Amino acid sequence: MGSLSLRNIHKSFGSVEVLKDINLEVDEGEFVIFVGPSGCGKSTLLRIIAGLEDASSGDVLIADQRVNTLPPSNRGIAMVFQTYALYPHLSVRKNMSLGLKQAKQPTKYITERVNLAADMLELTPYLDRRPAELSGGQRQRVAIGRAIVRNPKLFLFDEPLSNLDAALRVNTRLEIARLHRELETTIIYVTHDQVEAMTLADKIVVMQNGRIEQVGSPMELYNDPDNIFVAGFIGSPAMNFFSARLLEMPENIKTAGLRPEAISIKKSGKISGEISHLEHLGADTNVYIDVEGELITVRLFGQRDYEIGSTVYLGFSDDDVFIFDEAGRRVRN
Amino acid sequence: MNKVRHNPLNIFAAHAALLTYTVIALFPVIVILVNSFKTRRSIFRDPLALPNTDTFTLIGYETVLKQGDYFLYFQNSMIVTVASLFFILLFGSMAAFALSEYRFKGNTLMALYLAIGIMIPIRLGTISILQIMVASGLVNTLTALILVYIAQGLPLAVFILSEFMRQVSADLKDAGRIDGLSEYRIFFVLVLPLVRPAMATVAVFNMIPIWNDLWFPLILAPGEATKTLTLGSQIFIGQFVTDWNAVLSGLSMAILPVMILYVIFSRQLIRGITSGAVK
Repeated sequence: MGSLSLRNIHKSFGSVEVLKDINLEVDEGEFVIFVGPSGCGKSTLLRIIAGLEDASSGDVLIADQRVNTLPPSNRGIAMVFQTYALYPHLSVRKNMSLGLKQAKQPTKYITERVNLAADMLELTPYLDRRPAELSGGQRQRVAIGRAIVRNPKLFLFDEPLSNLDAALRVNTRLEIARLHRELETTIIYVTHDQVEAMTLADKIVVMQNGRIEQVGSPMELYNDPDNIFVAGFIGSPAMNFFSARLLEMPENIKTAGLRPEAISIKKSGKISGEISHLEHLGADTNVYIDVEGELITVRLFGQRDYEIGSTVYLGFSDDDVFIFDEAGRRVRN
Repeated sequence: MNKVRHNPLNIFAAHAALLTYTVIALFPVIVILVNSFKTRRSIFRDPLALPNTDTFTLIGYETVLKQGDYFLYFQNSMIVTVASLFFILLFGSMAAFALSEYRFKGNTLMALYLAIGIMIPIRLGTISILQIMVASGLVNTLTALILVYIAQGLPLAVFILSEFMRQVSADLKDAGRIDGLSEYRIFFVLVLPLVRPAMATVAVFNMIPIWNDLWFPLILAPGEATKTLTLGSQIFIGQFVTDWNAVLSGLSMAILPVMILYVIFSRQLIRGITSGAVK
């Protein structure tokens, strides 16, 4: 049950396997984010869900209906692209209404839907403009509006914020979160930015090399990562990894991880290092400490000052240490 | 950067080079135009002089309009050029779209095969073409010319257009697919308008050789009813006597329609050539 199921999805381009046995269940109304480094297959997976790409094998089910052979327009989906992909020769209104017009919906219904979406996104004053006459943020709102108008069972977002500048990115992120609350529709969202994933998602799907590494809520992934990749990918600044010998761990343990925010700087302790760099962010200070050739990041709350090159000791609680075996799998106590 | 550009010596050199080129390129055209308004004797006595009250005459134009069916030739040239251009652009852009948009086995091979035509002149196949046209009863028809010109123009058209189509945003086409547009509508409504400058480039590159061609009209359609303008003008050039007034007048008039077509395409053309170079 659920609004989207992926079953044993494989995809290869020639001899290159880009997706390996993807299985996923998405519930009605969930905000799911696929996150991973570039080339991990997340965009390909989204395109397979959309029907823009065929899976080599496996099934895609949308609202419990197998849609493998349906064209994108009949899958009950709408998609927002990174490059907005607005039709350059059509006005905003026509851009938003084209999908419904193609589906032969009555004119009255189309007008209603367009006005509703324009209202939601504050696009009403721009309805008769061409995309070229809009700013980047407005264009992305039109692209989102075009998706809303279709009233889909599933929204697909392909890195929608990547082309926006930092300030606009935060605004649009809030906007998307608000839309999700208002529309209560399932959203599948692809990004390489773990901050976007953490702030928006109900459920994050972390991918690497065509595999799903872990699925879970943002806090589950942060507090309880399954492996070294997820641990390093979620959280900013990234988790520190160092060879377990520094902590005197058992044989099978290869690597230990500590989040930058779980470390403090002490005047004495087991592990010492030399401060090599400071980053002052105002609310936080990031301290980089060289411990026997390994660079450890420490995130301190507030504004602190240390002398570069001075020797300090790391303070942390053993409960905060994540340990991983040789294959990078998490070892839970 | 700015310093270099504003150096008067540089500006002078650039303008001198461009002006020299313009003069060289325009000189024959001007000579033809000027002499078409002169009497036969003054053409030979002083070919570079402008016509004055003594030497001015319209005799050449009169001969052209009276002798031979000038308007029919004109019409034939127009039909052949416009029809060939239309089909070159239509088929060329469709093939280019398929090559740039779809992944299929033999895609690269197909692109290479289509591009080979750029390197091998179609005239090498004249005899076979003539045989085919005789066998299919197309000799002395405009269709024969149009078919040959389409074949001649397609390779370059496919080559140029597929390069441009690759630059059309993939997201845009995908957005169209999600909105339920057919592949044909995506091609005609979304992609074609965006490669319009490239289409104009292809149109101009093809138009002028077709309009000026003497070879194929002479071989495939030399009949009176299917003569093109270039071929028709040849009646004034004899082995022993050439009616230069008529030849020059005929050529002058033949320039006009291509000029008009060129002006239509040129704004797009300039954009096509400079696209990518200037943002």
